[in-house]
Amino acid sequence: MTDEIKNERRLGTVISGSLTQGVQVKLDPAKSVEDIAVGRYVAIRGEKKRFFGMITDISLEAVDPRALVMPPDISDPFIAEVVSGTTTFGKLRVLPMQTISAAAGGGEGPQPAKTVPAHFSQVELASQADVESVFGKEDARRFYIGTPLDMETKICLDMVELVKRSNGVFGKSGTGKTFLTRMLLIGMMQKSKSTSLIFDMHNEYGWEGTSEKEHKVKGLKQLFPGSVAVFSLDESYDKRRKVKSDFTVKIGWDEIEPEDIQMLRYVLNLTEAAVQAVYELAKEFTDEKWLEQTLQAFDSDSSVLVEKLKIHEGTWRNLRRGLRQLTRFKFLVRHAPEDTVKTILEYISSGKSVVLQFGGYDDIAAYVLVANLLTRRIYNQWREKVDRALAEESKQPDQLVITIEEAHRFLNPEIASQTIFGKIAREMRKYRVTILVIDQRPSGIDEEVMSQLGTKIICLLDNEKDVDAVLTGVAGKSELKAVLSKLESKQQALIFGHALPMPVVVKIREYGSAESYKTLGPLHGGTPRVNADKLDDLWT
Amino acid sequence: MDLDKQIAEVIETSNSEFLAQCYELDAVPAFGSLVKTRSRDCQIYALVCASGTHSIEQGRRIVARGQGAASPAEVFKAHPQLAKLLCSDFRALVVGHDRGGVIREYLPPSPAGIYAFVYACKPEEVRLFTGSLDFLDLLIDSRLPAATDEVIAAFLRFASLTHEAPQEFLVKAGKGLAWLLSNDIRRLDSLLKRLRI
Ligand SMILES: Nc1ncnc2c1ncn2[C@@H]1O[C@H](COP(=O)(O)OP(=O)(O)OP(=O)(O)O)[C@@H](O)[C@H]1O
Ligand SMILES: [Mg+2]
Repeated sequence: MTDEIKNERRLGTVISGSLTQGVQVKLDPAKSVEDIAVGRYVAIRGEKKRFFGMITDISLEAVDPRALVMPPDISDPFIAEVVSGTTTFGKLRVLPMQTISAAAGGGEGPQPAKTVPAHFSQVELASQADVESVFGKEDARRFYIGTPLDMETKICLDMVELVKRSNGVFGKSGTGKTFLTRMLLIGMMQKSKSTSLIFDMHNEYGWEGTSEKEHKVKGLKQLFPGSVAVFSLDESYDKRRKVKSDFTVKIGWDEIEPEDIQMLRYVLNLTEAAVQAVYELAKEFTDEKWLEQTLQAFDSDSSVLVEKLKIHEGTWRNLRRGLRQLTRFKFLVRHAPEDTVKTILEYISSGKSVVLQFGGYDDIAAYVLVANLLTRRIYNQWREKVDRALAEESKQPDQLVITIEEAHRFLNPEIASQTIFGKIAREMRKYRVTILVIDQRPSGIDEEVMSQLGTKIICLLDNEKDVDAVLTGVAGKSELKAVLSKLESKQQALIFGHALPMPVVVKIREYGSAESYKTLGPLHGGTPRVNADKLDDLWT
Repeated sequence: MDLDKQIAEVIETSNSEFLAQCYELDAVPAFGSLVKTRSRDCQIYALVCASGTHSIEQGRRIVARGQGAASPAEVFKAHPQLAKLLCSDFRALVVGHDRGGVIREYLPPSPAGIYAFVYACKPEEVRLFTGSLDFLDLLIDSRLPAATDEVIAAFLRFASLTHEAPQEFLVKAGKGLAWLLSNDIRRLDSLLKRLRI
């Protein structure tokens, strides 16, 4: 064996396998199974091709099963050392995923693996060059998101591809979803021509966020002062924090439609009949004052009204308890002084991303109400704009990415078909709007929506149902499941989908140190990217 | 012992082993040590796997003569002819050969020459020979007068001392044995126990 890889990276040899199940690799005696981890990348020197794959399982084997029943005397350290790797040995399962051209310098780029390496091909830890040839280097469209396990190489996501579809970030609480999302949003601003609208329930994206160690970390506005606007629902929160937002959002009672209340059914604990009554009431009061008038009716004698609309007494009480919860939201006013939707769209059209902070209203009812209401109207206008551009064959607007947390509240199977977010996820890129959903409980999200997500970034999940939900319909599911269950509890994620050629486990890039900010600002001297389009032409 | 001087001479030979008679009584090389001799066309390496001293003439028994003597040396002094009537010899198992400077760990094309001189190998030669462990293959299946595993173990212990890191060498050799004996864990176990120095 003159071609033997005489280096530290060598792991072992291929002994059997199949394309669907992956190949079995016998570990070299000198390597300890304890130094190997699932999720690590390996390269296999086939006869003609170089394969790139991932370790999906590790097992202990014995040449002769009798050795396990009557093991040699391993209390003797010498004997223990001798038998490890010989009589007993470690075995890896490797899923070959890509083939890299064996010839130095490339030829065609990496291709999905359609075969397996030959018997006794040598297996080694993937090199920096291997990883780069598969995932691509950091460049004008690729954003460095993190490093593979036990390697220093950068894994990059193609942000231009990423924003074309809706995407998801999942993981249980505290796994780093928010930190990761913040980085993704920065990546989008740096590398793709897209703008973001972020519904920021816990005030983590706009001006600043906090890390677990109670350190402050910079928000998007600090990194991109010229191309991010912070909108706020809560002035008193801004005052306490001594930050000034670009716009204070007020929403008129007259802007709320029965559909908005329907979306709140679960958060407000409304019965089906109560939702029905909402539609009846809107019809009865005819104009946009219906909700205000309904709220007034709760305070006065409403027997005539209830009688007329044949609303059951229990239903009326249920509705009253539910709708009155909305009255504690100070951002709801009789009539909004300024048109929030129009303002948001103006910012977005000028290439500025908008972070809508909820301030003290980090309450799921407020979140669902505002996000649904604004998104529905923004989407409708956006759609018109795209249609108009299509008809006039003029320049299409840039991609718009809407970020929502607690996504299962908007996209659970019961309402996903009706909500605006479900619609955006399904209609995909047709109208150049996509969503970025963040959730702790992906099993609560409608299956069809899940299947439409282009790229999924998954931090640790410990609930079996959630794991199944994120992996439904993915090739190599059981292997990925093993990998997923072994993620560290923080700052590690499994990423797969359109924005990269194969699934990858990544240690997410550090965010929050002075060093990290150096490369996370605007790429070109900090000037905001402003569209050539004149605002007035568009929105009048 | 002068390592450049021959210590014995081949008096019986075959492809796989030879018998060599020593020039001096009782001066046999150590059990399990490596010796070398020549065939027509190459240098042959062999392992000492049995040795002893006996009467030159078959059928003529040696009788005890030391009653009352202070030491065996006195016996030889009193009967100088004894040294001529007795001889020491050893059997060596061929484990490889060297032709044109390349060591091959399999049987040579021709057996050791009759009357060929036998030399003890120098530590450096032992180290070179055991740089590869392919000879274990040959050893593990041979039938020997002494227990095969005793010879293997003795040789490996002997060879290990010529390496810079004896323990490392023994582990490597042990792993080689573990492969060969993967279907006989009991034998492996007892063999490995004999490798401890
Ligand atoms: N990339 C990162 N760089 C630095 N610190 C990180 C990173 N990812 C996670 N952390 C640490 O982990 C903590 C939890 O992360 P984060 O707030 O993003 O979790 P989360 O998944 O959004 O949780 P929740 O579901 O409760 O909102 C952070 O406060 C931070 O200290
Ligand atoms: Mg979070």
